[in-house]
Amino acid sequence: MTISMSKMTKVAALAAFAWTAAAGAALAFEPTKPIEFVIMAGKGGGADKMARLMQSIVEKEDLAPRPLVPANKGGGSGAEALVHLKGATDPDHTIMVTLNSFFTTPLRQPGLEVDIMTFAPVGRMAEDTFLLWVHKDEGVTTFDEFLAKAKAEGNSWVMGGTGKNSEDNIITDFLNENYDLTIKYIPYKGGGEVAKQLAGRQIHSSVNNPSEALGFYESGDVIPLVAFTNERLPLFPDVPTLKELGADFSYFMQRAVVGAPGMSDDALAYYTDLFSKVYESADWQEYKSGRSLMGDFMSGGDLKAYWDTQRSRHKEILTASGAIK
Amino acid sequence: MRRAEIVTAVLLGILSVYFMWKAGEPPAWDPEGVRFANIGVIEGEGPGSGFWPFWLSAVMLVCCIWIGVNWFRRTSPPSQSDEPFLDSYGWRLVAFVGGGLLGFLLLIHVLGFYGAIAVFLIYYLYFLGRHSIKQTLAISLGVPVVGFFFFDVAMRIVLPKGYLEPLFIPLYEIFL
Amino acid sequence: MDILAALIDGIVIAMQPTNLGLAILGVVVGLFVGAMPGLGSVNGVAILLPFTFVIQEVTGTATSPMIFLAAIYYGAMYGGAISSITLGIPGASTAVATTFDGRPLALDGRADRALVTAALASFAGGTISTILFTAFAPPLASVALDFGDPEIFALMLLAFATFVGLGGDDIPKTLFSICFGLVLATVGFDIISGEPRLIFFDITGFSNGIRFLVLAIGVYGIGEMIWTINSSRYKNTMTDVKINAGRVIASIRKFSDAWRGTAIGSLLGFFVGILPAAGATPGSLMAYGVAKMTSRTPEKYGKGSVDGVAAPEAANNSASTGSMLPMMTLGIPGSPTTAVLLAGMVIWGLQPGPLMFTDQPEFVWPLIGSFYISNVIAVLVNLAFIPLFLWMLRMPFTILAPLIFVLSLVGTYAAYQNLFDVWLMVLVGVGAFFLRILDYPVAPAVLAIVLGPIAEPKLRQSLLLSDGDFSIFITRPIAGPITIIAIILILLPLIKLIRDRLRQPKSSESA
Repeated sequence: MTISMSKMTKVAALAAFAWTAAAGAALAFEPTKPIEFVIMAGKGGGADKMARLMQSIVEKEDLAPRPLVPANKGGGSGAEALVHLKGATDPDHTIMVTLNSFFTTPLRQPGLEVDIMTFAPVGRMAEDTFLLWVHKDEGVTTFDEFLAKAKAEGNSWVMGGTGKNSEDNIITDFLNENYDLTIKYIPYKGGGEVAKQLAGRQIHSSVNNPSEALGFYESGDVIPLVAFTNERLPLFPDVPTLKELGADFSYFMQRAVVGAPGMSDDALAYYTDLFSKVYESADWQEYKSGRSLMGDFMSGGDLKAYWDTQRSRHKEILTASGAIK
Repeated sequence: MRRAEIVTAVLLGILSVYFMWKAGEPPAWDPEGVRFANIGVIEGEGPGSGFWPFWLSAVMLVCCIWIGVNWFRRTSPPSQSDEPFLDSYGWRLVAFVGGGLLGFLLLIHVLGFYGAIAVFLIYYLYFLGRHSIKQTLAISLGVPVVGFFFFDVAMRIVLPKGYLEPLFIPLYEIFL
Repeated sequence: MDILAALIDGIVIAMQPTNLGLAILGVVVGLFVGAMPGLGSVNGVAILLPFTFVIQEVTGTATSPMIFLAAIYYGAMYGGAISSITLGIPGASTAVATTFDGRPLALDGRADRALVTAALASFAGGTISTILFTAFAPPLASVALDFGDPEIFALMLLAFATFVGLGGDDIPKTLFSICFGLVLATVGFDIISGEPRLIFFDITGFSNGIRFLVLAIGVYGIGEMIWTINSSRYKNTMTDVKINAGRVIASIRKFSDAWRGTAIGSLLGFFVGILPAAGATPGSLMAYGVAKMTSRTPEKYGKGSVDGVAAPEAANNSASTGSMLPMMTLGIPGSPTTAVLLAGMVIWGLQPGPLMFTDQPEFVWPLIGSFYISNVIAVLVNLAFIPLFLWMLRMPFTILAPLIFVLSLVGTYAAYQNLFDVWLMVLVGVGAFFLRILDYPVAPAVLAIVLGPIAEPKLRQSLLLSDGDFSIFITRPIAGPITIIAIILILLPLIKLIRDRLRQPKSSESA
């Protein structure tokens, strides 16, 4: 069954190719073998689900003549994926979905000798957002009440987050420094586990992505207090941003697709075209608004410039918190 | 067997010490950091990153010493045994099978999985198993073919092809 | 009743064509690996776990791959008897006790009677224990629901304490094996400090950690295979079995002769199975012993008693269901096989533990439903295809062994798509073979590498909560008693050792 379906795919792709060729817009590069689609995180997390959505969109809309084959390489906080891409034997058929560990892991593990500027900037698909969440029984409904209660409880106020020196940790450090708090940060393995710990009141607050906390938000277990974005999120129109409350701070998680170092320009152009189509698809747009993702499609030089600013920003943050020298 | 028992205990003891040394290593971004700074309980933070592996490796070391004591006192079965650790058949087996597996692994890098599987099966079935050429070829060519349709085509797990990659391009064309 | 309704829903889902097909396939695979000397349920599930990720991808649920693996587990319990009876070699360690009376029956020309009795006793054991499981699991899970970080760590401690008893008499080697597994589990990235650690010889491959399947497939795919070849030297001797439908039906009619053994095995097996680190092998041996002790004709045991076949066979099936109870409700594996199943659940993205019953009923109940169905399938397939299995048992080991090797290498690659892991897996396998010759138990290391990544963060998260105060494990109402029991269990073998020393001061010299 799989074979016959693939054959149909094949025929359709050939037809599409003939059509583009006839229109005089033949692409200089077409994948000739399955495309390795590396995911910089383990199975089941937010990044993984997003990557598999992209793959299914490519499949469903017949956007590529060869399948994207997802491979989870979350080891060493993304180190496994970065090293794999650096050593890719066929860079034209190797792409990767990244998160912010794309910036932090090479800084924290210089032994990997990975320079992110050598990766090919295929396209940024979205920026994920962060909100501050508390349990509904905490007796806190606004950010000010949160500050008052967290200050009163001192270091017995517990913030759960995904890993040390991660995005969640960076936001917690920011809160501690700028609001004179001494919140205790406890790292857990994944955003899902953090959300569960909060719903079970094992921790007091979290800074989950909307996609991670949405289930417990809908069931009424947890409530958002503030968003770490520039504008209010359409999904949470009543939740103020931290900027409205007077602090010049916003923080996002990049959800971008990159190519292996050494990818040819033709291949890069091909994948940028492919993922801009994914970005524009109805499924992706629906997912983006449903999970409260922000950010427009970005590629090429713009994306590289974005990486550069993100890298220096993370370097600053990590140096300030003593996570690197 | 008696000599193997103490040699193994000593080797595992050395391994335990290496683990302890490695557990106390400072982080990669700070190579000048103090070794063994992370193996204790850090004030207000609980155990450091080296706590768990360091002290468990220490228990491993204690166990190795304990095994050594049992060896000296001849209380464990292997330390009393006069039988050889492996007889000549056993050593030959380890050499042929282990060597075959090593060759298999090396060949994966050159011929990819499917080529390496075919060569390994020919080696094992014909030379170790002494099966007929017909049977050998049927199995060792059949398995990679079934494997390709199972993994690459049906399951979309693309196994490495090594230098045989160009041969597979037309197959991708047809089946993927 | 709530449970009954949930169970019926579960059975309906388990009967869906995909799930039913996977259960049948799993049972057949299980019967085969169980029947093959040198391969048992743990080898089957460890080697095939990588392929279940694809089942999950295709079906979109973790239930289907779990049904498949659970069916292998059951099938293997049935299959073990086939080689115990016809070859006189236990197909798996769980079927050792089956040889005691199964082999004499076969030599007496009554192999068909023994095979049918084994199958029916297995079915009875499997079904009775599944009913017990259905009754016990939800209340246990609801008790465990309030567990926070310290309670979970205390439970882990309890599990490790019982593992000391798992490895036999050589305490330092068992303890070494546990610690070795726990240390290997820490290799790679530490989430709490955010640092990579124990990157052996600074090889980047280790920064991904030593994955569970690398160890499990290495030990159970490569290591055990070499071990089996070395001890069997590729030789098999098989008793001829006369079997046809008439004889099978006649044997089924006479099954009532074995009701005592079946009843003892079913009940005893379940409760032994629940104990962490006990599992099906001790369960079946104990059942055989108790059945013999309480029999009015103990002299018949060992000479071809049908009760002697029924008791261990009912017990090993019952115990395998029993060992699922702590795995599903507490997240503690009771045996190497359940450790692999637990690791699989983690890789599929589930969080094993009490929360599963409330958070993922759509996973739990179809799985429990499949226990009932798999048992029915297993007994039918087993009875219908005995001749086929006998034929497969004649497959030379020189063909089976290389195929297992190939499957192990490909499976490891398919799971992680990383050649470094494949190299490491083979290395682990060869190392495990050498250590096994010297009586180092490997099962505790395999269990430890599953529990290590849960236990260590829970310890450190608890201590972060308590500002580094270890008394949190004693003062919390649930964690306290569990910790104390665990500490007593850990100290018990040491106390026993010292007491023996004192009582017989010269025993060590004379031994």
